[in-house]
Amino acid sequence: MNELFNEITLFSVVSLGAIGGVAAIILFMVAQKFRVIEDPRIDIVEGLLPGANCGGCGLAGCRALAEAIVKDESLEGFNCPPGGSDVMQQIAEAMGWEAGEQTPMVAVLRCNGTREFAPPKVQYDSAMTCTFAHSLFSGEGGCPFGCLGCGDCVRACDFDAMYMDPESGLPVILDEKCVACGACVKACPRDIIEMRKKGKKNRRIFVSCINREKGGVARKNCKVACIGCGRCVKECRFEAITMENNLAYIDYNKCTLCRKCAPVCPTNAIHELNFPVRKKKPADTDKQEKNV
Amino acid sequence: MHQLKTFVIGGVHPPEKKLAEKQPIVRLDPPKTVSILLSQHLGAPAVPVVAKGDKVLAGQIIARGESFISANIHSSVSGTVAKVDGVPDTSGYRKQAIIINVEGDEWAEGVDRDEAFVRDCQMSPEEIVSRVKDCGVVGLGGATFPSHVKLKVPKGKKAEYLIINGVECEPCLTADHRLMLEKGNEIMAGISIQMKALGVGRAIIGIENNKPDAINNLSEIAREYEGIEVQPLKVKYPQGAEKQLIKAVVGREVPSGKLPIEVGCVVHNVGTAFAVYEAVQKNKPLVERVVTVSGDSVRKPSNFMVRIGTPVSELIEAAGGLPEDTSKVVNGGPMMGKALNDISVPVTKGTSGILAFPGSESRRPAEQNCIRCARCLTVCPMGLEPYLLSALAEKQRFEDCEMERIMDCMECGSCLYICPSGKPLLDYIRVGKNRVGIMIRERSH
Amino acid sequence: MKVLTVSGSPHFHADHSVSRIMYGVVFSLIPAMLVSFYFFGLAAILVTLTAVVSCMAFEFLIQKYLIRGPMTIFDGSAIITGVLLAFNVPANLPLGIVVIGAAVAIGMGKMTFGGLGKNPFNPALVGRVFLMISFPVQMTTYPEPSAFSTRLADAVTGPTPLTFLKGGVDQGEKVSELMPQIPDYANMMLGNMGGSVGEVSALAIILGGLYMLARRIISWHIPVSYLGTAAILSAIFWMVNPEVYPDPLFHLMAGGLMLGAIYMATDYATSPMSKTGMIIFGIGCGLLTVIIRLFGAYPEGVAFSILIMNAFVPLINRGFKPKRFGEEIKNG
Repeated sequence: MNELFNEITLFSVVSLGAIGGVAAIILFMVAQKFRVIEDPRIDIVEGLLPGANCGGCGLAGCRALAEAIVKDESLEGFNCPPGGSDVMQQIAEAMGWEAGEQTPMVAVLRCNGTREFAPPKVQYDSAMTCTFAHSLFSGEGGCPFGCLGCGDCVRACDFDAMYMDPESGLPVILDEKCVACGACVKACPRDIIEMRKKGKKNRRIFVSCINREKGGVARKNCKVACIGCGRCVKECRFEAITMENNLAYIDYNKCTLCRKCAPVCPTNAIHELNFPVRKKKPADTDKQEKNV
Repeated sequence: MHQLKTFVIGGVHPPEKKLAEKQPIVRLDPPKTVSILLSQHLGAPAVPVVAKGDKVLAGQIIARGESFISANIHSSVSGTVAKVDGVPDTSGYRKQAIIINVEGDEWAEGVDRDEAFVRDCQMSPEEIVSRVKDCGVVGLGGATFPSHVKLKVPKGKKAEYLIINGVECEPCLTADHRLMLEKGNEIMAGISIQMKALGVGRAIIGIENNKPDAINNLSEIAREYEGIEVQPLKVKYPQGAEKQLIKAVVGREVPSGKLPIEVGCVVHNVGTAFAVYEAVQKNKPLVERVVTVSGDSVRKPSNFMVRIGTPVSELIEAAGGLPEDTSKVVNGGPMMGKALNDISVPVTKGTSGILAFPGSESRRPAEQNCIRCARCLTVCPMGLEPYLLSALAEKQRFEDCEMERIMDCMECGSCLYICPSGKPLLDYIRVGKNRVGIMIRERSH
Repeated sequence: MKVLTVSGSPHFHADHSVSRIMYGVVFSLIPAMLVSFYFFGLAAILVTLTAVVSCMAFEFLIQKYLIRGPMTIFDGSAIITGVLLAFNVPANLPLGIVVIGAAVAIGMGKMTFGGLGKNPFNPALVGRVFLMISFPVQMTTYPEPSAFSTRLADAVTGPTPLTFLKGGVDQGEKVSELMPQIPDYANMMLGNMGGSVGEVSALAIILGGLYMLARRIISWHIPVSYLGTAAILSAIFWMVNPEVYPDPLFHLMAGGLMLGAIYMATDYATSPMSKTGMIIFGIGCGLLTVIIRLFGAYPEGVAFSILIMNAFVPLINRGFKPKRFGEEIKNG
């Protein structure tokens, strides 16, 4: 009995071992035949990237960015918004290249048509998606350029950097979480959200309106619309503000954050973020609070 | 009496609410100002040929449709052009319009305003088409496709049937119904003119059998005309849709993505037939149309013959105004019409009705989980799967939407009408159609 | 004038709602419920009540503390699950086991997937099968029916016609000898036989089904194809050897086939969307039921066959689309 048992054991061990050996050889040959030669640096670069696969670089995920970087043998033209210049610096060090300086960006909402400033004239009662609302009508407040408040941008954000403020009906962008991946910019059917330079000490000045209608028409729907009066353009000594189609635009590359333009705006359409409180005009403080 | 026919796949039976079906068409006087939009038709907007300060007469051309698919626009009133500016259209977006201050009611030369019925038409088919084009006639059923384009049969195709749409399957609307009762002779003459232009021998008028008086009236008149017959149809929405009507009347299915001419049919609305009659026999451009003002909130449901460009608010006023609890005003029918956010918008060539509803009727039901009851599948007249299309569009899977033939959807609203969960199915399908349309256009470039 | 509402078309909505449909189903279950109360008495009432209340309670707890979603217990779907679960267990089942079944049905069968409409498997059947495997003895001890019974758990127990016949045939006995020992077809039709709480009376279930058909809650496709397939397949076997295989009429009325075909297989969320898909689904259920009944280890195969076919529903939905308009050009 014992002998028989041993025989069976031996037989199975030998036969299974033989099968295993053959299989191993086949696998080895197949692996050799179909081996994909991949640059090992891709793995290194990928390891340094944040791994959020946000698509903020414009490529399909972190792996794709790593492949593209290694293929180009340079960091030029590549940008990882969530990682920022730190990550790019690390990749440059690891690869032995020089990293270019990156300007940190952040999303800003160029509409201040809250329920208070642009009171709703009608009630929207359909699918809560801006894309549909945009195709259906001009908006509850009547402004055909303003925020529709259905939150497509918030749903598009993968970093929890946005939320809808139920009181104002507008989305709020959290600077510290925003990685400037641009998902919200793409999601917004009205192109209200813009990527702007984060600015020194996180300070920014921008026109919080994109209404290109004539002043009177724009003003009828919204108290804080840019009416295209051009006073800010005259006030700016750095030629940073341009006026086109009844709408002022501040070029963030030229703007020196001197704060001269904001007080002259008759409709308070120019926003200052993260500046110390102006002593003379207390009205600005609550505006800041709303946007921080 | 003919056997009742209908289309096969899907369909719903919304409450008919034809409140104004017994109200004769009342001609409204021109208002103080009219705003005539430059884009009242499918296709490229017309180009204005008048400027601020010009004196215009009713029936005078004020904007010319220059591209292939476009239509001329005529002044509906006599007066002075106040300005050419953007005015909010039915969606609230500003569109270019010619605003005219009305002075008197003088008509341009050559327009025959005599009501006398002229039956016979001596024009050649080419002359008919060019007259229809000059007079800016567009499809009055709602899609506002320029009629002269549809009266020319493309090369290599042959039209066998002219199908006249007298279905009016939208609840509440009665404009076509009244027209068929009051202008039966003119409609018939218009149909025979259209037949001549198309070179077809047979015309079939499809009418749902909830309008027996219209069926009787037109059948009576049709006896005097060769090749025109009336086909009574079972009541089912959306029978007035082009493809469904063809299926119901002649039993042919227009293939996906193709035009009715593919199966030898051309479809025109009864209103269009009337407009063609007026254009050809009376040289009268399309400057007025019948508009039903109805709905549970309207005090006096009526049918008005109004000048294009009249503000909607004037129509509502003429129908007795709106009670306090009105919470929705719809331009068009309740199934496919557009909710207005402002009642000062002007009437256009495509305005078939202005409906007002109280809050209780206009609210959408609260949204719940889809219970997969398959009702949307059952009612979809195109045999699509609305629940799937809507979910795919919501998740932005637009390639899959295209595979599931989202572009076949004609937005009849049957799915959203029937959905027990109150899912905004059609809203998301519209988003999907929009994006798939962009995708297809990009691919062809 | 008040603020106008702007919404996409259509502006009319049919007079439907989820809860109206669900309560329609509950209403249609009343005849079967009354029959079960008549034959199994207080015990049936207790089991049904326990199942319904615990299903609603579990849904409430899960919605409130786990999903934190809107309250859905009054939309009627938990009530249906409860009633159907009770209908699928013996009347003398200890109430504790019923509560466990409800927990599994609602928790595992329904809420895990996100609640109403998202579950791939019929929740009541998930509960039943779980109990069947976990408590095989209690789940197969059926009380004998008796009119106006007030007895509780200590009722006289006996086999169901299905178990009796299957056991007999397996012992080598002949169907023709066994048949006289089970209730005749008239009694089976009325429900005077051993079985689960609600499955006994084919007549009452058909009544409920007709009501649902009339109100257009269900369509005929699944019940007809299910019952039809089961009848045809069992008829084929019966014609081959009537001494081993019972006749199709017996199959239709015995066990849970009627209940399964009319109430469980037609469950919206777990059945295909298109009409062709529904027919395929019904045929699949019918085949599996008969095969399990005749050749499987269990005497009854309705629950398993429906659950197995549930798993195929996504595939059926993908493969069997409704007929599109304009797909084939017919010129005539």
